[in-house]
Amino acid sequence: MAIAARDFRELKLDGMSRRFGSLDALKGVTLNVRRGEFIALLGPSGCGKSTALNCLAGLLTLSGGSIWLDSTRIDRLKPEERGFGMVFQNYALFPHMSVKRNIGFGLSMQRRASADIKKKVDEALSIVRLGDQGEKLPGQLSGGQQQRVAIARAIVVEPPLVLMDEPLSNLDAKLRLEMRAEIRRIHDLIGSATIYVTHDQEEALSLADRIVVMRDGAVRQVGSPAELYAQPAHADVAEFMGYRNLLRAQASKSGQLMNVRIGVADVQGTPVGTAAEGDAIVAIRPDDLRTGADGPLAVAVESAQYHGRDFYCSGRAADGVELYFCSEHSVAKGERVRLAADPSRVLVYAREDLP
Amino acid sequence: MNDCANEVAQRWPLRVRLASRDLDGVTLLALPAILFVVALFIYPFAHGLVLSFMPKAGDWLANYRKFFSEPFLYDTIGATLWLAVPATVINVLLSVPVAMRVRRLQRRRILTTILVAPITLGTVLIAEGLLNYLGPQGWFNRSLALLGLGPARLVHNYTGVMLSLIMSGFPFTFLLTLSHVTGLDPSLEQAASTLGATARARFWRIVLPLMAQGLAINLCLSFVQTFSVFPSAVLLGAPAGATRVISIAAYQAAYEQYDYSMASAVAMIMGFVQLAVVTLILSVRALAYRGAVGGGKG
Repeated sequence: MAIAARDFRELKLDGMSRRFGSLDALKGVTLNVRRGEFIALLGPSGCGKSTALNCLAGLLTLSGGSIWLDSTRIDRLKPEERGFGMVFQNYALFPHMSVKRNIGFGLSMQRRASADIKKKVDEALSIVRLGDQGEKLPGQLSGGQQQRVAIARAIVVEPPLVLMDEPLSNLDAKLRLEMRAEIRRIHDLIGSATIYVTHDQEEALSLADRIVVMRDGAVRQVGSPAELYAQPAHADVAEFMGYRNLLRAQASKSGQLMNVRIGVADVQGTPVGTAAEGDAIVAIRPDDLRTGADGPLAVAVESAQYHGRDFYCSGRAADGVELYFCSEHSVAKGERVRLAADPSRVLVYAREDLP
Repeated sequence: MNDCANEVAQRWPLRVRLASRDLDGVTLLALPAILFVVALFIYPFAHGLVLSFMPKAGDWLANYRKFFSEPFLYDTIGATLWLAVPATVINVLLSVPVAMRVRRLQRRRILTTILVAPITLGTVLIAEGLLNYLGPQGWFNRSLALLGLGPARLVHNYTGVMLSLIMSGFPFTFLLTLSHVTGLDPSLEQAASTLGATARARFWRIVLPLMAQGLAINLCLSFVQTFSVFPSAVLLGAPAGATRVISIAAYQAAYEQYDYSMASAVAMIMGFVQLAVVTLILSVRALAYRGAVGGGKG
């Protein structure tokens, strides 16, 4: 493979901070990224993930902390001196240049020989499967094709690090799934590190080796997709990872587990982090809360949506608590059902964990 | 095929057929503007054109023949171009770096206001000021005298008119250029910088090609504005000599010789010279990229 990432072992963010006026957009982000890793920065809008990416690219200067590529400090370098590839949310293709000239732009900035440029551009075009579109202008391409040109343009210079800023947010659902697989394939092919910003937890789970969940400019949790899915460290991370049922409850110890009282029902759950007896927050994914004749929670069905295999439902308990759950068989509005969840899938957090 | 078309034409009422060609009640809203253009532009232009072919003496082309046989008259074309072209080019070239700098400023509005103030002053006031400051007894020449340097002739000649054209024309050009520059998607330049392009390369490879369309229009508008220079050529120039521009020739024909037919001919010639230059600029423009200047979707 001729397109291969420039060699490095580790990218280190050390207390990376950025302030806009009186607003702390980034509050000391520390993270190590190894070569070949795919990292997703995940968080709601305004959490600082795009700021972090722009700081890495050099488009924003830091107001504190440092960035290291192995033993070289790079946070004072201009973007053109860093040599990272970046894929912008709006693709930022040069509208007056053909696809080939867009992709070759970085190489021509390095003053490579034109035969060399042509060869590498053709390779990049075939990697993103756009071999026959090279002479077109970006305006003549579809959104997905433009997206692939943007990726080709970023990887053709063989950057040690590829930065992607919500690159799929402008595509339709089907294309998004296709491009997701494509991005991971290209990442594996070139072997550089990728840092991928997204607010879509599903995208992060399916793409990344490690996910960094951010909130209010700080890192809340770093972990593998499986860890984040099964064991969010904080209630707000759980909320973001699809634990739609976030309920206030009273907790009491019961061996390794905890008893939690949700309204009038008693449920067993697993304590996480600083969870203690007394006021607590209980987090349950809708697909872990299932209908069953002997379940402890009783609700009246309020809505049911057919999602292929399951029905995604919501219901209200006698005390007014709203619960989201799944049902394998059809339920009717107003029907009374009982719900149960495995204690290992009921996570109990300290009340103050939800800011 | 024809039968079918006839059938459609007969079956549908006129209103529907017009609407399918985008002609409906809303189209009437264009009427005032059209009347305005006809009354204030097309009619005077046609009137002048016809008038220019009805000379006081001689056959229908006598005015034009006279213009192009007397150096006193045809030299005005060169004199005007010699003022208008450099002034336009200087204004447009100067406006690009200033606009590139100003777009990143936080207090853009204050600076823009300062730069635009000369527009509101008007040419006559600028001429007044220049006469006072740069004239033989102005502070500039008095300062020079203190330094033991001879007086510099800066008014009542070519230099005076040129200075005035730049001062009154620049704000206009600058505002147009600023709107082109700020219309560029900043992510394009950011993308170029992550690909290793220095500020200089970003300007030549990204900013300038995308601005070329706007700069061409800008050149046309500035040129037309400076070509019809009259007050500053009279007040600050040498109206009988180096800055005897074409509009002075037209004025003299109309109000000193009372030969409206000749004046119309001069005006027509003036119009065609402008048209020729604008056509030239626009045909060069056709070589540049024309299309959206955004970076993609979004």
